[in-house]
Amino acid sequence: MTTPSTPPDATTEPTGNGPSPTMSETAITKKGSLSFGRVLSAIGPLIGLVFVYLLFSIITPLLTHFQFAKYQTFELILLQTAVVAMAALGMTMIIISAGIDLTVGSNIALCAVVIALLVGRKISLHIGGSVVILPAMSPLMAAVCGIGASGLVGLLISILITKLRISPFIVTLGLMGAVRGVAQGLANDTTVYAPPSWLDNIMANGTFLAPAGVWLTILMAIFVALLLNYTRVGRHIFAVGSNEQTARLCGVNVDGTKIFLYSLAGLLAGLAGLLQFSYTHCGDSTTATGLELSAIASVVIGGASLSGGQGSIFGTLVGAMIMTTIQVGGTSVGLSNWVQEIVTGAIIIFAVALDQWRHRKSAV
Amino acid sequence: MATEVNGATSPDELNGSGVESAPLLQMRGVGKRFGATVALAGVDLHVDHHEVLALVGENGAGKSTLMKVLSGAHQPDMGEMLLDGKSYQPRTPLDARRTGVAMIYQELSLAPHLSVMENILLGMEPAKRGGILDYATMRRKASDALTQLGHSDIGLNDPAGSLSVAQQQLVEIGRAVAVGCRVLVLDEPTSSLTAKDIERLFTLIRRLREQGHAIIYISHFLEEVKEISDRFTVLRDGSSVGAGVTANATSNEIIALMVGRAVENLYPRSEHTPGEIALELKDVSGAKKPDLASLTLRRGEVVGIAGLIGAGRTELLRTIFGLDKVKNGNVKIFDARSGISSFRDVSRIRPHTPAESWGQKVGMVSEDRKTEGLALGLSITDNLTLSGLPAFVNPAKMDRQAAKWSQKLFVKSRHVRQNVGDLSGGNQQKVAIARLLYHDADVFLLDEPTRGIDVGSKAQIYQVIEGLAAQNKAVLVVSSYLPELLGICDRIAVMSRGVLGPARPISETNEQKIMQEAIGAETDEKVEASGDSK
Repeated sequence: MTTPSTPPDATTEPTGNGPSPTMSETAITKKGSLSFGRVLSAIGPLIGLVFVYLLFSIITPLLTHFQFAKYQTFELILLQTAVVAMAALGMTMIIISAGIDLTVGSNIALCAVVIALLVGRKISLHIGGSVVILPAMSPLMAAVCGIGASGLVGLLISILITKLRISPFIVTLGLMGAVRGVAQGLANDTTVYAPPSWLDNIMANGTFLAPAGVWLTILMAIFVALLLNYTRVGRHIFAVGSNEQTARLCGVNVDGTKIFLYSLAGLLAGLAGLLQFSYTHCGDSTTATGLELSAIASVVIGGASLSGGQGSIFGTLVGAMIMTTIQVGGTSVGLSNWVQEIVTGAIIIFAVALDQWRHRKSAV
Repeated sequence: MATEVNGATSPDELNGSGVESAPLLQMRGVGKRFGATVALAGVDLHVDHHEVLALVGENGAGKSTLMKVLSGAHQPDMGEMLLDGKSYQPRTPLDARRTGVAMIYQELSLAPHLSVMENILLGMEPAKRGGILDYATMRRKASDALTQLGHSDIGLNDPAGSLSVAQQQLVEIGRAVAVGCRVLVLDEPTSSLTAKDIERLFTLIRRLREQGHAIIYISHFLEEVKEISDRFTVLRDGSSVGAGVTANATSNEIIALMVGRAVENLYPRSEHTPGEIALELKDVSGAKKPDLASLTLRRGEVVGIAGLIGAGRTELLRTIFGLDKVKNGNVKIFDARSGISSFRDVSRIRPHTPAESWGQKVGMVSEDRKTEGLALGLSITDNLTLSGLPAFVNPAKMDRQAAKWSQKLFVKSRHVRQNVGDLSGGNQQKVAIARLLYHDADVFLLDEPTRGIDVGSKAQIYQVIEGLAAQNKAVLVVSSYLPELLGICDRIAVMSRGVLGPARPISETNEQKIMQEAIGAETDEKVEASGDSK
């Protein structure tokens, strides 16, 4: 699940062509530092995750009476990572395309509220004079509607970006408030409690090894990773982010690519909203506030560049897990919330500084 | 090295006004290399008070490097520069400005949101104690500067961005005058001015000359040089190859100095047999440029488009390719298989996009490989295959394709997953061209395909272009380097100020004729005579 822009060296020999006679001998000295940089960017975040996990595994038993290195804790980390990770999948695509999406948290709240409002609801339609009452909405239909609403938000973002030529930051900064406003309006400023349904079990323990929501996240991660690396539109996303002018020159439908990827990212935010709804059993319009920043942080810790053209789903997942591990571990050793926040902030800056340093090395 | 044209005078005579013994500014044997590329190979020039020196030369002759050395943006590797007889070694442009040498660049460098006054005094604002700006002094200094230029009509409080280009240029000159610069270097100052503004600028230059300033005037346009300058210096291939008094030299003599150079035997040549029509332009005008272009390009031939930078050559290619809109006229692309009966008038397709062109097997190489031609952060494979990806991508297969084509084009790299940004300029350019081969293009639009790359890569690219013609492809090349066009093209058309001239077989043209057509100078009988003199 590595991206072609930062592959580990093992996979980089051109298949079936062997060393060509035109290969430069002078490049060999450079190769050492460069491949080191590439390897570091691919597995660096993973090393970070292992380090953080081992750290808490060692210090938790020393400071408390609890074990950290046990499956229940790991499952808790997975569970808590799922919502952010799902949202970060879309964010990865967006950041690779040199964009940004600040609406993610609001979009998750919108989806959760819509689902909570619709589960088991009987909707009456007034057609002409007659009133048609639809059968009670199934949980599945409610979920589809909620995810669809989030997808529409993504579509709206992309249309504003491509047609009005406003920067993604401004568009989503504006919509961040607007979408949450819609969610609050729909929820009538209160928390919406839905009747119990199987949706509540998506994030419940006891399923095969991990909650279904975790598996759903992994499944979508594989889907997006394949999309990015093995389809035309995926490669176009990289091209648009790396150099939009080149993409245009090469006949890439730049606007179409953006509309596609923001809409898909909206749907993924909707799936994150479904997980959030399942986790909290209700539609709370104030939920997931600031989650967009955690998603961005996951993507960036995972090795993506905010200037676009770079990033990987694998890195993003690891980035999201690093942050959750610190939270869960911090709680287990009794660290106050504010300490955790400081540590997380420091890690984000450190990860990006490391990435910058690596870039300077490979640019020489 | 420098040959003085008839009428040229020795430095001593030039100071005949008897004001000073040494010229105000003198450059002696100034050289500059960038890695293996020699940008300047020894330049001599001098300019004095009350004098306008024109610096002329073809694109790429080294004028801009020379000006960067003069203004402190680059440091010379050899030679010396003297200002007022004292050694002059500016470290930065600010340094140069403080010593009295100011550059007025083509792209104006004003802060658009700041006022005229703030721009004029930017970086040297007078302040009272405690760092509080002394607005009264600022106002007086700025207004003095504008008065000195004879343009006190410009509002001191207007934001610079609200001014016309000509007015912005004035403010820029005012900024130089306000610091007390004695040497003003104007780089192609008329390139974006109207005829009326040019007249005003000339009046201003004469006024500055009267006030005692020394002015170095860089221009392509010989008529302007003839009108405004007292003396000229010609730069070719990084050396000053001639100088003289403008009034005593003819345009043809100056052109001969500009182009006189032996054509290297870089160019593989074979007889091309032009086949069916591949591309036909009829009275095409684009959104910005060109204003009028007609051309027929046949399979198996290489047609060159010469002209000055800014004449509209790049815009012509972009218009054909669909990156710029076609305003008027027809762009017909003929199908290779169905022959001349089947063509598509892409200018009628709205919108006419690059995707459409690729679909018609028309490919383009951008003049600017760094900001447009290539995505430097992506791999060779990604760059090479971007225009023609299948819906589902098999990375290994794409790598094989990229390896195949990059080897055919002699791209030196470690592997095809290497970032294009890591490659040398020549290899980057080969990747950009390989994209068209991978795409199996029929019509090749190449904009400055060899700009800024080493000679070895150039030779390889010429070989590739020659091979394309042999494979019955149609090639349209824009280049500012005339020997290259004469070396690889079958026919050459000249673009001058937005209008494309007729494409003439190279047997019927030469560098002199092309330069004259590009510069827009009237052809006179002396061309042939001076053409063979060098």
